[in-house]
Amino acid sequence: MEFLLLAGVIVLTALVGVAWSRRQGAVRGPRTTGDGGPADWLPQGVGLGSRATFVQFSAEVCAACRSTARVLGAQAARDGGVVHHELDVEDDLALTSRLAILRTPTVLVLDSDGVEVARMSGGVTPAQAREALARASRPEAATAAPVAAGAAR
Amino acid sequence: MTTPQEARSEGQIDARGPRLGAGITALLLAVVMLLGAGTAGLVLLTVVALSFVLGTVRGAEGTWQGWIYRTFVRPRLGPPTELEDRRPPRFAQLVGLVVTGVGVVLGLSGVLVAVPVAAAVAFVAAGLNAVFGLCLGCEMYLLMRRWGVIRAA
Repeated sequence: MEFLLLAGVIVLTALVGVAWSRRQGAVRGPRTTGDGGPADWLPQGVGLGSRATFVQFSAEVCAACRSTARVLGAQAARDGGVVHHELDVEDDLALTSRLAILRTPTVLVLDSDGVEVARMSGGVTPAQAREALARASRPEAATAAPVAAGAAR
Repeated sequence: MTTPQEARSEGQIDARGPRLGAGITALLLAVVMLLGAGTAGLVLLTVVALSFVLGTVRGAEGTWQGWIYRTFVRPRLGPPTELEDRRPPRFAQLVGLVVTGVGVVLGLSGVLVAVPVAAAVAFVAAGLNAVFGLCLGCEMYLLMRRWGVIRAA
């Protein structure tokens, strides 16, 4: 009986661990509710990049938030059109609820108009950051509002 | 606005220490499960819970598991490739304390079956931390904050 409990718990741990590892930083579709229009929730002083904006939601107790901030910060430093902002979930818990953010780090990827085009949860690798950027610069995203996109450049 | 970045410079630790500590803790919790619903299991679970008290008060590096890492393991390894903020592992210690503490309190009040059950729950969390680097409590931090279960760390 005791042995069965231990065996079951070990299997459960392995399954949860593998499932979690696979989902780390995976680029998923946008989840912003409403019309999917430009982000009106961005705090004051948070400007949009001409190509894409990473808005990272972090918490003090979150270790993967640090590595993710380094990866996205380096991407923004390399690419002049990309901006990275890090927000603390403590500053506005209601906002995380509205944006359907369940865990940290969660990164919302905005296109040049501020529309969420993708999001990533968990530690992000440089390859995943590039994959997310590719979604922000798709042609259909640019044709949705060509004037604004042109003005930004 | 305060971002986690501002607090980043203080208190960095070798990220491998807490993971080894979680591995040692997981082994002890496996023994608790094998001992079953009895006094021996309750005593060992109490030892684990007291270790979590140390970790909650002094940080994961201040536990006896942290001492084992620094004294016997760290000298045999190369320098750390990555330093980690000490607060996420410390929060994980608090989560471990709550889970094992409930088991100890119930066990002391005669509900001995709670001892292997609490050990099983804590084993999953410690095992995930040791093998996959996943901090279960940290993943659930934002949800617990949103639901008002815990206050700001």
